[in-house]
Amino acid sequence: MSARDTILQRVRTALGAAGGDAARSRAVAARLAEAPAGIVPARGRLDGKARTDLFVEMAEKAAATVQRVRKPDSVPRAVAAYLRGRNLPAAVRMGDDPRLAAMPWDKVRALEIGRGAADPDDEVGVSHAYAGIAETGTVMVHSGADNPTGINFLPEHHIVVVDAADIEGDMEAVIARVRAGFGKGTMPRSLNLITGPSRSGDIEQTLLLGAHGPRAVHLIVIG
Amino acid sequence: MDIRSPAFKQSARAALSDAQLQRALGNVRTGFIDKRRQAVDALPEFDALRDSAKAIKDHTLAHLDLYLEAYEAKATEAGGHVHWAETAEDARRIVLDICRAAGARTVTKGKSMITEEIDLNAFLEAEGIRPVETDLGEYIIQLRNEHPSHIIAPAVHLNKDQVESDFRRVHDHLPAARDLSEPAALLGEARRVLRSQYFAADVGITGANFLVAETGTSIIVTNEGNGDLTQLLPRVHVVVASIEKLVPTLEDASQILRVLARSATGQDMSVYTTFSTGPRRPGDPDGPEEYHVVLLDNGRSSMLGSEFQDMLRCIRCGACMNHCPVYHAVGGHAYGWVYPGPMGAVLTPSLIGVDKSGHLPNASTFCGRCEAVCPMRIPLPKMMRHWREREFERGLNPAAQRYGLGLWAFFARRPRLYRFATSLAVPALAAMARGRGAFRRLPLAGGWTRHRDLPAPESRTFMQQWRDRSAGGETAAARGPEGLA
Ligand code: SF4
Repeated sequence: MSARDTILQRVRTALGAAGGDAARSRAVAARLAEAPAGIVPARGRLDGKARTDLFVEMAEKAAATVQRVRKPDSVPRAVAAYLRGRNLPAAVRMGDDPRLAAMPWDKVRALEIGRGAADPDDEVGVSHAYAGIAETGTVMVHSGADNPTGINFLPEHHIVVVDAADIEGDMEAVIARVRAGFGKGTMPRSLNLITGPSRSGDIEQTLLLGAHGPRAVHLIVIG
Repeated sequence: MDIRSPAFKQSARAALSDAQLQRALGNVRTGFIDKRRQAVDALPEFDALRDSAKAIKDHTLAHLDLYLEAYEAKATEAGGHVHWAETAEDARRIVLDICRAAGARTVTKGKSMITEEIDLNAFLEAEGIRPVETDLGEYIIQLRNEHPSHIIAPAVHLNKDQVESDFRRVHDHLPAARDLSEPAALLGEARRVLRSQYFAADVGITGANFLVAETGTSIIVTNEGNGDLTQLLPRVHVVVASIEKLVPTLEDASQILRVLARSATGQDMSVYTTFSTGPRRPGDPDGPEEYHVVLLDNGRSSMLGSEFQDMLRCIRCGACMNHCPVYHAVGGHAYGWVYPGPMGAVLTPSLIGVDKSGHLPNASTFCGRCEAVCPMRIPLPKMMRHWREREFERGLNPAAQRYGLGLWAFFARRPRLYRFATSLAVPALAAMARGRGAFRRLPLAGGWTRHRDLPAPESRTFMQQWRDRSAGGETAAARGPEGLA
C-alpha cells in the first residue's frame, strides 16, 4: 500500500469512518461549496469615507505611512515626493500593472523606472494593491505577469497604491472579491496580505522594523 | 534531535540556576502577556472567534481523510506535487530526493517547527547539503548549534551580548571594530549576510500554518519576510506540513488567522500572510518553478479518535507557554524535545511515547492559565492529567509517588474520613507556618520546596470555606475562565 493510502486508511480507522460514507462526503462537499463566513467582526462594517479612515488608522497602527491623493494622476508626483523626503535616489522598480502604467510617470522628471522582477539592489518598489482590508489596515497584492512578487519583499521601501474603491471592510469581503476575480477554487500563484513593514522581535523581544522585507511601507490611497 | 525529556528535573534545576537564561526569560514574562491582552481587549468578538476556530478544526478533523483528498486534488491541479510521509524518516527522504533532483547544494529555510520535529537540518548536512535558517531567531540558534526554546521566538533564551559574540565569531569576514551593541545593528548584519544566501539557494523549504482544501493553497504567516524570500527566490519550493494543518475554505483560514496573531504576538494581523498555490505560472516574472508539499503524519493519525484528538487543533501560537509559570521559570530547553511548554507537555508523549517523555506531563502547576488563553480552547491541563494517568497505569513513576497517591486515593474514596483528616491537618500546617503564609522547607516535601515555596493553608479547609462562601452567595466559578489569566 502506498504511504498515501496507509495514512488515509489510518485516519479513517481512527475516526471509525467507512470509505464510501455518503453523509460525510456530502458534509464536506457542502462546506467547500458554500464556504460559510463564520464570525465577522463588526469593526469593519463601515461605508465610504469611514471605511477608508479605518483602513488608514489601522495601517498606521501597523507602522505603515499613508498619503492620500484625489486621483490616479497624482500618484507619480506623490511617489517622487516620498523619494525626495527620504533622500532616496530617483529610481523605482515596478511591474507592468495596467493601472500603474496608465499614470503620467513622464510628468516627474528624472525618475528612473525599472521593469520586471525585482533586483536585490532595488531601494524602492511600487505595487498596485488588488484590495485593502480596513479591519486590519492590510493591503492585498497578487502575483501575475504584471506583478512580480519580489517587489513586495526585496526593496527597502515598498510603496503600495490603493484605490479607496478597492478597500473592503473585512477579510471575508476580500475573499469574495478574489473568488469573483479568479473563479471559485482558483487562486493566483501568490496572494500576499501585507500589514505594515517587516519586523523582528527575536533579539530580547525588542521590536525592530526592517527585518528581511521592507523597512518602510508607504501607502498611497486614491480617493 | 536527541530526546532529553526524561531528564526534565535535572534540566529544570540547571535552568533555574542559569543567570543568563533567567535574565532572558524575563522578556517572556513581560512582553507577550500584555500585548496579547491589549489585542484581545480591542476585539469584542475574540471569544466568539475562538469558538468558531475550534468548531472549524473539530469539523475538519472529523472529516480529515476527505479534506486531505480534496486538498491534494486542488494542489495537484495547480501544478503542485503532493508527497505523503508516514514518518519523520520518510519525510526527510522525500525532501532529500527533491533536493538531489534539483542538484541542490544550499537550501534556505523559513521558520518551521515541523522541520525541527523531523530533524531535517542535521540530516541534510550529513548528506552534504547546507541548510541555512533565515528567520533571525532560527539563524542565531543555528550558529550556536542549538534548538529553538520557544515555538514562535526560537532565541528567546538568549541575551543580545550572546548574539553579538556569535556574530563576531561566525561573520569573521567583517571588520572586528564594528559596533554591534544595539539589537538594530545585529538585525542589519543578519539581513545583509542572509540576502546573498537566498539567491545562492537552489531549494527553499518552509512549513505551513494552514493548508486550504478549497483551493490547494498553503499559507505561511510571518513578520520578518524571510519565509517569503525563501519560497520566492530558489528554483524549487518545498512545503513540509503535518496533516492536521488542513482547513476547508479560505473563510475558515480567515477565522483562525484572527485569533492566531493576537494570541501569538498581540498583533491584529501578522505582517505577511502569504497564500501559495502551485509553481510559477506562464508569464510570471518570478516565483519557483517547482512547488512540492510533503504531508506528514508522524503520529497524528493515532491521536485522532483518542482523548488527545483535541491537541490536533493546535495552531502553534505559543500563548500557552507565554502564560505558563513553569515555562517562565525554566525556559523551553528543559522540556528536552522540540515542543516546549504546556502544548509540548501534551504533544511530546503523543508523538514520541510517554515512556520517552519522562516527567513532562508533570511539568505543570495545573493553574489553568494555558487553557484560559489557548485560542483553540484545547483543554491542556486535562490532557496532561490523562498522560499522568497513563504514566501511572504503566508504572512509569517513582515508588514514593505511587505510594503517596495510593494513600491519598484511600482517603479520597472515603470523603468523610478525608474531610476529617484534612480538618486536622490544615490547622496543623497553618500553625507550623506561623503566619508567614508559606513554607520554605517542609519535611517529606523537599521536591516541591527546593525551588519554590509551598503556600501554607489558611486555617480552614477548602470545603469548610466553600460552605461559608456559598452561603454568602459568592463563588469562584462566577469569575469565569479568563479570571484565571
Ligand atoms: S496549545 Fe493552544 S495556546 Fe498552545 S500553542 Fe497550541 S493553540 Fe497556542
